[in-house]
Amino acid sequence: MTANGWLQFVLFFAVLIALMRPLGIYMARVFQGERTFLDPVLHPIESLLYKLCGVNAEEEMGWRQYTGAMLLFSFVSLLLTYLIERLQHILPWNPQHLAGVSPALAWNTAASFTTNTNWQSYVPEVTMSYFTQMVTLAYHNFLSGAVGIAVAITLVRGIARRESKTIGNFWVDCIRGVLYILLPLCLILAPILIGQGVVQNMHAYTQAQTLEHGQQTIAQGPVASQEAIKMLGTNGGGFFNANSAHPFENPTPLTNFLEVLAIFLIPAALTVTLGKMTGSPGHGWAVFACMSVLFCAALVTIYWAESQPHPLLHGVSQSSSALQSGGNMEGKEVRFGIADTALFATATTDASCGAVNAMHDSFTPLGGMVVLANIMLGEIVFGGVGSGLYGMLIYVVLAVFIAGLMVGRTPEYLGKKIEAFDVKMAMLYVLIFPLLILVLTAISVLSPQMGLSSLNNAGPHGLTEILYAFTSGAGNNGSAFAGLNANTNWYNISLGFTMLAGRFLMMIPMLALAGNLAQKKSVPPSPGTFPVNSSLFTVLLTGVIVIVGALTFFPALSLGPILEHLLLHQGSLF
Amino acid sequence: MISSLKIAIRFTLVTTVLLGLLYPLAVTAFAHIAMRDKADGQLLSQNGHVIGSAILGQSFAGDRYFHGRLSAAGNGYDAANSGGTNLAQSSKKLVDRINGDAATYSKTSSADVPIDLVTTSGSGLDPDITPAAALYQVSRVAQARHMDDASLRALVQAHTQGRQFGILGEPRVNVLELNMALDAAH
Amino acid sequence: MAEKQSLWNPAILSQAVAGAFTKLDPRAMVKNPVMFVVEVGSVLTTALLLEDLAHHQPIAFNLQITLWLWFTVLFANFAEAMAEGRGKAQADTLRKAKGETMAYRYKTDGALEAVSSAQLRSGDVIRVEAGQFIAGDGEVIEGVASVDESAITGESAPVIREAGGDRSAVTGGTRVLSDWIRVKITSNPGETFLDRMIALVEGATRQKTPNEIALSILLSGLTIIFLLAVTTLQPFAIYSHAPQTVFVLVSLLVCLIPTTIGGLLSAIGIAGMDRLVQYNVLAMSGRAVEAAGDVNTLLLDKTGTITLGNRQATEFFPAPDISTERLADAAQLASFSDETPEGRSIVVLAKEKYNLRGRDLTGMRVEFVPFTAQTRMSGVDLPGTRIRKGSADAIAKFLEQEGSSLPRKVSDRVEEIARMGGTPLVVAENTTALGVVYLKDIVKGGLKDRLARLRAMGIRSIMITGDNPLTAAVIAREAGVDDFLAEAKPKDKMDLIKREQAKGKLVAMTGDGTNDAPALAQADVGVAMNTGTQAAKEAGNMVDLDSNPTKLIEIVEIGKQLLMTRGALTTFSISNDVAKYFAIIPAMFAGAFPVLNKLNVMRLATPHSAILSAVIFNALIIVALIPLALKGVKYEPKSASSLLQRNLLIYGLGGVIVPFIGIKIIDVALTALHLA
Repeated sequence: MTANGWLQFVLFFAVLIALMRPLGIYMARVFQGERTFLDPVLHPIESLLYKLCGVNAEEEMGWRQYTGAMLLFSFVSLLLTYLIERLQHILPWNPQHLAGVSPALAWNTAASFTTNTNWQSYVPEVTMSYFTQMVTLAYHNFLSGAVGIAVAITLVRGIARRESKTIGNFWVDCIRGVLYILLPLCLILAPILIGQGVVQNMHAYTQAQTLEHGQQTIAQGPVASQEAIKMLGTNGGGFFNANSAHPFENPTPLTNFLEVLAIFLIPAALTVTLGKMTGSPGHGWAVFACMSVLFCAALVTIYWAESQPHPLLHGVSQSSSALQSGGNMEGKEVRFGIADTALFATATTDASCGAVNAMHDSFTPLGGMVVLANIMLGEIVFGGVGSGLYGMLIYVVLAVFIAGLMVGRTPEYLGKKIEAFDVKMAMLYVLIFPLLILVLTAISVLSPQMGLSSLNNAGPHGLTEILYAFTSGAGNNGSAFAGLNANTNWYNISLGFTMLAGRFLMMIPMLALAGNLAQKKSVPPSPGTFPVNSSLFTVLLTGVIVIVGALTFFPALSLGPILEHLLLHQGSLF
Repeated sequence: MISSLKIAIRFTLVTTVLLGLLYPLAVTAFAHIAMRDKADGQLLSQNGHVIGSAILGQSFAGDRYFHGRLSAAGNGYDAANSGGTNLAQSSKKLVDRINGDAATYSKTSSADVPIDLVTTSGSGLDPDITPAAALYQVSRVAQARHMDDASLRALVQAHTQGRQFGILGEPRVNVLELNMALDAAH
Repeated sequence: MAEKQSLWNPAILSQAVAGAFTKLDPRAMVKNPVMFVVEVGSVLTTALLLEDLAHHQPIAFNLQITLWLWFTVLFANFAEAMAEGRGKAQADTLRKAKGETMAYRYKTDGALEAVSSAQLRSGDVIRVEAGQFIAGDGEVIEGVASVDESAITGESAPVIREAGGDRSAVTGGTRVLSDWIRVKITSNPGETFLDRMIALVEGATRQKTPNEIALSILLSGLTIIFLLAVTTLQPFAIYSHAPQTVFVLVSLLVCLIPTTIGGLLSAIGIAGMDRLVQYNVLAMSGRAVEAAGDVNTLLLDKTGTITLGNRQATEFFPAPDISTERLADAAQLASFSDETPEGRSIVVLAKEKYNLRGRDLTGMRVEFVPFTAQTRMSGVDLPGTRIRKGSADAIAKFLEQEGSSLPRKVSDRVEEIARMGGTPLVVAENTTALGVVYLKDIVKGGLKDRLARLRAMGIRSIMITGDNPLTAAVIAREAGVDDFLAEAKPKDKMDLIKREQAKGKLVAMTGDGTNDAPALAQADVGVAMNTGTQAAKEAGNMVDLDSNPTKLIEIVEIGKQLLMTRGALTTFSISNDVAKYFAIIPAMFAGAFPVLNKLNVMRLATPHSAILSAVIFNALIIVALIPLALKGVKYEPKSASSLLQRNLLIYGLGGVIVPFIGIKIIDVALTALHLA
């Protein structure tokens, strides 16, 4: 660990805080239908899009209608993705003449990108044509992000509105999210990335004759345009297999810094939006503080764990010095070293991004445990765009419910009473997540053919690989302990299901909660009101997340990374 | 329901054209005009043919060149099949490999080998090694090229990139550039 | 029934022990999902234990686990039975009062017939004489009687019941002490107030309250999550070549699911109702008690709630050129026959301040003039002298008739007194205005502090009064209420409640009159006075047997205490899990992987002792917390933030730490006793 490493973390956080406020306030304006400085350019386009889509922008939807529209759109776009993947060999922009994608993989990938997961069971540069990547994968990067933001906004509206039957218009929220937020940010980020060396072309792969007269085929493609939305939309699906470890996706420390920033930018800003739209900025900050505490704890642990020397190596210099960052460099890039890798890994798993700039599978057991535990918390530490906020708000509802009684009132969240229906929906949301992960992991580890044959590593780490896969799927993260060969029928199909359930089965109770909150009366605050904007609340919320969220997985973790760590330091290898 | 489905279909098609076609093609066109070299992958040419990309690593095996990281991309530095080994820290295979490589290095040098020289990179295409790893190889390359250590060390230092803006990332040496400079100098 | 019971009353205790076993009936258990899971686990381990026995396998550890699992269920049942037992004891006292009594019913021809109380139907008219019990709830339609209501209220002083007005309701089971009354029965047997009270106190008709239902959902959800975590642990253990026995898995499950709050939840609810009963307040539903905790606005009637029922004379202000003694003397004279508290207070003030003793008026030709609604004054006529006292308007009119008028100085004084919140009473003798008596509202002692405490908890108090705004403002300031509604008519009260509710607030009020009924029904917490009319009692959701309107404040506090207790134990229960994990997980796998003993931070002796200690702790903590569940957590009126801070520290952080200590102690004990 180096002073410069810590300095980079501080710099990152400072820039994040500086940018999140203006963006958060801007997003509140966008979703409250107010005028923004981009209106002169974008408003005519927006109107045109409504006309082309046949959307009545004035219409407001109840939560059922909203959910229906969201599901219909997701279904239609998933289907289109599946078809394009299957038919890519007869579609344009396929300079490498890649074949159509197999059914199981096409299904898995369509589910993966529709759900903002971007789990990749395949090596993109040898599987997906440019057309497929642009028209389906990058497209979903935009829309799944926009859907996540839209759904989060409905929950915020649910809290803010009083005795309202409606929570917004799905089509309008999506179009405004794309047009006013995601697209402008991408148009800023993509050129900077290109300037730093991220490629952006439609050429066929380049043949090079290396200095030692070997042959090297260099994959190309429209990478920067996809890279921007991949990070800003917390999607994480790499254009190349190595994802953001690949120099064409993430060539310099600056691009690394910007990519990590892009992961957290919208999720962090949404806490400001929350404060703004509910008229309780303090609450937004309290939520942000909770996220920050959990983020910092994970970051410090990973940075520490990955800086530790491997106990069983001989004749290898692992200590950090002015000439090297030392530590565990397996699966890591020299330009990022330990600090930038720890930062990226923490952010990408805290948020449901799933892009990686190093191979998580090769992390130290404890470093790997923390990235896994980050996802296990439910992707709420900043989390996915939108999904992070609504996931966190579910925990807020639970924290308010559990501890709210202790102030001598029935639980109340920003004026809304938390009652049986709300708790039921929140618990449903919380329940589905471990259900998917634990049950499917259990099935996999009990099945030598389906589950265990895909393992790249034996012993406790093997358990972790499978656990990570389903956790990543259910959490819509998409990163992997990539040693596991998930391109099998069992993993493609079960993970496809996991991703869909982890997205939509969790969104539905969330939207029901939003709808239910919206129609409630609002109790004005008083000194007797449960405080949700204090540092005390931050502590409480953090405690509930750690106890309810993480303890669910403690038994599994103890047999995976914890055991692996203890055994490794005792000298056992597998 | 049917009307919603109609909207869903129209919405999908309209946004696909906007975001799946117009957006990436516009960015591509802009990149092609404004930053063509960067957008095309900073390809390096020698004698009329492409020898690689300035920001992708390539395989170096001979003693005359500085070696890069180990690569798990394809059969090594396959720039159309990137990736790492994904071996766990508790993997016997990994520990045996590293200790084996370290033992080989120890035959030529008394110093411990820098960790990045005996580990695979995440992408398999890491263009860089640490300054420590470059300096570690100086005597071998010097011997192979009959150069003196000092001038080679100076060359390494000249090709050592500091942290970006003095703070971001880690100091590093681009192996391909260093080796090309080596060829040019000698 | 107002006497407090010791927590460990032997009679209740032995009943509760029996109750703990009868409640094992799975049909009853299934209503409490958390404890039902424990029971299923206990049955499962028992069956496996029998199988072990049949195969002559060592059972020492498994037997202990199984026993403690059963204890866990029994302890939870015991807690509930304890809470119910305390209610039952109170119900028994009430039931004695109920008994079977004889009633004398009017037949259609007006004659009386003797019938048993069970035969009385709503609409019957009975006659009750001194010494007889009133056979059912009803309304006095003729007569006045003093009634002993101690059976219900615990108050030994008799109360007056009379036809018409707000004191006409009588309750079955009470006894007429003097005179006789005709009572129209208003309820059928089994539906009387007493019947309902018994049912409520016993908890027989207890339904889960909304917040309890929500909490149960949360607890069930957590139970399912931990059920998942534990059942899927076995496959992971098999993968790791360290499979576990069912005993150990069930132990882990029972320790993780929130048994502490699951076991005590219904006891907390019953105890909350019970605490109200000890304050002589009957809540018609648990929902009302919860609502009491949530109240944002208290509507307090000025008279009787904020002020002592009556104004008292505190000073005499003579008119110019009139001596104070003369004014006092005339005022006293005019008040001798005035039996109202105000009148008496004038006599007393004159006596105390000016040493004017009561005079023997029998010899004089004195004629008292009573207060009438038309004249709005009262007084006395002596030969040649007419003394009157009354409101300034009334006296001015009187003087006008006599060809005189109210001096400027006097009317100024009248206004000044009104401004100060007092009631000015002008005294006149023939054509001369003698001066003004200052009648003052006396605010109840300590009220200001209590209202301030409520304010700290975010509860606004609004005083309702018929006084003019000037007067109201002064008393409001003196009493420390936040707001007031002056010159209030019943409809204004109703509108105020609706206005507050529209803002999302919950409103509590007290009332006794029939015209209060709609407002009582509209309010979220409507406390009817037991002395009030039947209509008022029906409309409210609580009845105060002592008829003390100030008790509204206690009711709110009890509601808050109930909710706080529930929250505290929930937080405690969930926080406990951390330590239990650290006890059980290393123990489970230390056999296969000794290195995992590093997680055994408590340094528990052996895997068996570790698991057993966690299970025993989990069972004993239920018993240990029964007193807290029944008494409620310590209540302090503070702002929400400081309450949260305090309770989070005690029950959250404490909940994390306590089990580490407890499990360690049990482990040491088990090892010392060679039990594991």
